Amino acid sequence: MHSTSRRRLAAVALSTVLAAAGTACSSGSGSTDTKGADSGTYTIWDPYPQFAKGSAWVKLLDACGSKAGVKVKRTGFDTSDLANKTLLAAQQGNSPDVLIVDNPVVSTLAEAGVLTTTDENKLDTSTVDPNLLAAGQSDGKTHGTPIGANTLALYYNKKVLKEAGVDVASIKDWKSLTTALEKTKKAGKKGITFSAIGTEEGSFQFLPWFWGSGAALTDLDSPAAVSALSLWKGWLDKGYAPNSVLNNTQTTSWQEFASGDYAFAENGTWQLAAAKKAGFDYGVLPIPATGGGNAAAPTGGEFVTVPVQSDTGRYATTSKLTACLTSNTNLYDTDTTLSYVAPTEEVRNKQVAADPALGPWVDAVKAAKGRTSDDLGTKYPKISEQMWKAVQSALSGSKSPKDALTSAQAAVK
Amino acid sequence: MKQTVHPPEHRSVRLRNGAAHAAPPPARTTERRRPVSPQWAAWAFLTPVTLYLALFYAYPLYRNLDLSLRNYTVRSFVQGDAPFTGLENYRKVFDDPTFAPALLHTVVFTGVCLAFQYAIGLALAVFFNQHFRLSATLRALFLVPWLLPLIVSASTWSWMLNSDSGIVNAALHALGLDPVNWLTSPSWSLTSVIIANIWIGVPFNLVVLYSGLQSIPSGLYEAAALDGAGAWRRFWSITFPLLRPVSAITLLLGLVYTLKVFDIIWIMTKGGPADASTTFATWSYQLGFGNLLPAFGPGAAVGNLLVVAALAFGLLYMRVQRKQAYS
Repeated sequence: MHSTSRRRLAAVALSTVLAAAGTACSSGSGSTDTKGADSGTYTIWDPYPQFAKGSAWVKLLDACGSKAGVKVKRTGFDTSDLANKTLLAAQQGNSPDVLIVDNPVVSTLAEAGVLTTTDENKLDTSTVDPNLLAAGQSDGKTHGTPIGANTLALYYNKKVLKEAGVDVASIKDWKSLTTALEKTKKAGKKGITFSAIGTEEGSFQFLPWFWGSGAALTDLDSPAAVSALSLWKGWLDKGYAPNSVLNNTQTTSWQEFASGDYAFAENGTWQLAAAKKAGFDYGVLPIPATGGGNAAAPTGGEFVTVPVQSDTGRYATTSKLTACLTSNTNLYDTDTTLSYVAPTEEVRNKQVAADPALGPWVDAVKAAKGRTSDDLGTKYPKISEQMWKAVQSALSGSKSPKDALTSAQAAVK
Repeated sequence: MKQTVHPPEHRSVRLRNGAAHAAPPPARTTERRRPVSPQWAAWAFLTPVTLYLALFYAYPLYRNLDLSLRNYTVRSFVQGDAPFTGLENYRKVFDDPTFAPALLHTVVFTGVCLAFQYAIGLALAVFFNQHFRLSATLRALFLVPWLLPLIVSASTWSWMLNSDSGIVNAALHALGLDPVNWLTSPSWSLTSVIIANIWIGVPFNLVVLYSGLQSIPSGLYEAAALDGAGAWRRFWSITFPLLRPVSAITLLLGLVYTLKVFDIIWIMTKGGPADASTTFATWSYQLGFGNLLPAFGPGAAVGNLLVVAALAFGLLYMRVQRKQAYS
């Protein structure tokens, strides 16, 4: 009798708990103690887990700390985790003192009331390019300053293009690009690879084509938008792009390009260092718009922000820290390590002088557009989710581009 | 336990209390609590586990329920003043166009995985019960899928099933067959994650059923063999019926594990393409964490539906158990 009732209890407890464990979104108890006991310690969260202790980035943080006369406690998070971690920390009242976060998240965190404005935190944004700063602005207030910017362009493999008989200078619009892909396919090579995965990354990669068609994020099912999705769909149908793009992250897509078989890859500034190691001659081309000219690509890169603290006395020291992090010399060093383009003209000139290969990227960043710009703010995440779903539906063949975008637009409303 | 143990305990404690100095220190501490009341001892034993359950199981469950009954925006999540909206989140979830496919996928995924995992696991368990040479080694090898971290096995599967560079399509090509878009076609992605999950779940079934087989007395088989029963007949008349209690708990645990499978699907397909492999578990995550703007309320609601489903099957199991015990 005892053993059966115990087993019964165990079975119920177990089944309940296991299912709950898989889902619990709640109450992530604040075990990440951000403050520490003494107020002389300032916490910094960043999305660069690839930088370990002893790396230039962490050394820079420590140096800025000692300059401000405080100790710095730094934690690196996975970038997709950071927004939720920050929200939870804010709920528990232990936000970090400085938060470096992906730019489309800034407006969400600002909406949540987690971030101070530049009026309060004394961040100097006067020299930052307005198109980059826009991603951190909502309701006329600025909530941070970019630490660096990156964007998308087309990398191309010179050898493959030569074998296919394609002249890069001839690629000016979508039509000539598609012709180039056709030629590469005929030459027995592979055309283009990109990332159309069902996450924010997929939307990020689709945006240059979306904007390049003349479409606007507020109108997902416009004929222009349909033409952009049809372009991608056509490439997949004709075999110019591999079917695996549906599951490609930007990293796996880059690996495909690095195999040396592909003529083109849509990828970001941050791959520049990897491109130099790829072992073949490559070039960079801005993504063309439908009728010629360059398409606006979305800006990537992180913002330095200052989360709201209950102890407002901390802001004075925090502003010393952020001023140090965004000073010209440090921006230069940081953006070089991250392979980013600097957000200010002065530092950018210095970067191009040191590495002329950055030239096309600087132009691309100047033409780039924030995803949350145009005062989209927190509407962007909803639009973006529907957009990547539409891309996935169309490319996998479960819906036509037009139907996919029509239902996406309907779901946003 | 209470009735049988306590009376003698009282006596022994009283006797020994006088000689407490001589007793070794660990014995002393345990004995000192006993004399007060048998009830106290019971509570003392009960407290740690109750606290543990309350803190790590009841509270998160309560929070998840609370989350699903309020309208959380990012702002109210931080400030903690989300208005109570009753079942609004559940209504939203039921009306969502993702609900029907997600439900269907969850049922298909769980059902197919369970059936295959159990059948293959049982076949292998019977096979390894023959005690041939190397059977122990082979059995150990079969445990590998279980020991591998899920991120490793799921990534390996997703690499093998890649449309263009995967080894499976290369093999199909060598056989002269057309390649299949395992992970990127809406008609195949659910099948692909099911295959991967079956592979991962077989060892668990194998181990539990194998140990169940050990407890069947071999005399029964000998008697049956003497009566002229063939291998097939012995399986259906002895092995299968006697394994029923073990099978029931294996299937129940398997059900709970499979209902909440998230990592494999997320790593392999992200629930896509276009929700083609979305189950409740991935949908819940997608709502709560998969977007830059988290929808905690509906996410928690979907999670709670899963909890209820698991609970329902747990109760069903209890009922069946009780019936068996009485009959």
